[in-house]
Amino acid sequence: MITIGGHIREIGSTEKYKTGGWRTFYPEIDHKKCIMCGTCWIFCPDASIYREKGKMKVDLDFCKGCGICANECPTGAIKMVLEEK
Amino acid sequence: MVRRDVIHGSRALAEAVKLCDVNVIAAYPITPQTHIVEDIARFIANGELNAEYIRVESEHSAMSACIGASAAGARTFTATSSQGLALMYEMLFVASGLRLPIVMANANRAMSSPINIWNDQQDSISIRDCGWLQFYCETNQEVLDLTIQAYKISESEGVHLPSIVCLDGYVLTHTIEPVEIPEKEDVRSFLPPYSPPFILDPATPMTLGPLGDPSVYMEFRIAQQKAMEKAYETIRKVNREFEKKFGRKYGLIEKYNMEDAEIAIVTLGSVAGTIKEFIDSTNEKIGLVKIWCYRPFPREELIQTLRDVNTVAVVEKDVSIGLGEGAVFSELKGIFYSEDVRPKIIGAIVGLGGRDVANQHISRIIEECKNPKHEVIWVG
Repeated sequence: MITIGGHIREIGSTEKYKTGGWRTFYPEIDHKKCIMCGTCWIFCPDASIYREKGKMKVDLDFCKGCGICANECPTGAIKMVLEEK
Repeated sequence: MVRRDVIHGSRALAEAVKLCDVNVIAAYPITPQTHIVEDIARFIANGELNAEYIRVESEHSAMSACIGASAAGARTFTATSSQGLALMYEMLFVASGLRLPIVMANANRAMSSPINIWNDQQDSISIRDCGWLQFYCETNQEVLDLTIQAYKISESEGVHLPSIVCLDGYVLTHTIEPVEIPEKEDVRSFLPPYSPPFILDPATPMTLGPLGDPSVYMEFRIAQQKAMEKAYETIRKVNREFEKKFGRKYGLIEKYNMEDAEIAIVTLGSVAGTIKEFIDSTNEKIGLVKIWCYRPFPREELIQTLRDVNTVAVVEKDVSIGLGEGAVFSELKGIFYSEDVRPKIIGAIVGLGGRDVANQHISRIIEECKNPKHEVIWVG
């Protein structure tokens, strides 16, 4: 909806805007190589990496596929894979 | 009682700001604008105007502060000139995109380099596409009147766009003329308090200035264009109300001696006074069309007024380097392209960097109109 000046009265609406759609490559974590150091979590500019049940995971709703996590991973556990839709 | 005073154009502008009960002023000094905001500072210090005065560190910050204040529901004002207006450029699009009815005065001054503090209109013409309404003044009375009307137009339902009121540096800012200053009560009844469509307030949180991705961005630009189109009717309505209340007639354009004119001069700003003098001194069928409102562009009025004239000369103090003609000349040719009946149109670039424009220069332009050899002439 086009509001005047683009104002949005509903707060927290950014969460509904899934920026994951901008992605070309997605990060794939090899959990055998992952040492749970959290380096990817520190570097992710979109706060899209989280820890769940003892594993590092990626929130693909918001990951834009920049590849910083793969670049920074000290064990090479993250691989960027072309996303085919 | 209407007060008659003999004042600078800058003072007339400051008086208008006082009459409009502006809540927030954020400004940075620049010649030849400075005494506008100095006068306003004095009004506030003397208790004549109850407003917040923000002394910022640059024009970029001045416009940013105005945007914040306007979003919070305040009636806001700033004034600038030339390089200062250029420094605001980024924020000008934000102000119009957020649909905030800020009113700004621009003391028209040449752009550097070379550095030049004198008058031309390159500064405001260069920001024509920023989504601001633009008004140009011939006299100090028009400075006061158009500023008051600018607030009403900008704040009107369906418009909600900022306005820039342009007054020629020195020619108006530093020149003394008699000005009628209306009663505050009359201005208050003409211009009701600003009633914003939304208010940025921590008590009721909301988002302002969100991302507009390719799926919606164009719609926002269309909405701005529609608001500009809506502004035509709003301007005409506000002009009528102003005339009824204060007795002075305004429009998108002013016609002078156009009834049976064979040659017409189109111009904006103070040089219109010189051209009227020239017209009064001859018996030739020469008329003048003065553009009061440059954005939105007075397309209909110009076509109606100029279609049956033989030759039109657009006299302007700006040039698009690389095209070699003034913006108003280009646009006037543009609107006549689809018309079957159209006049011969020539462009005259005058008065750049404060070069004097006198009768002899108008005479040279009229000679060119009678026997056109060039599409564009530089006169001065």
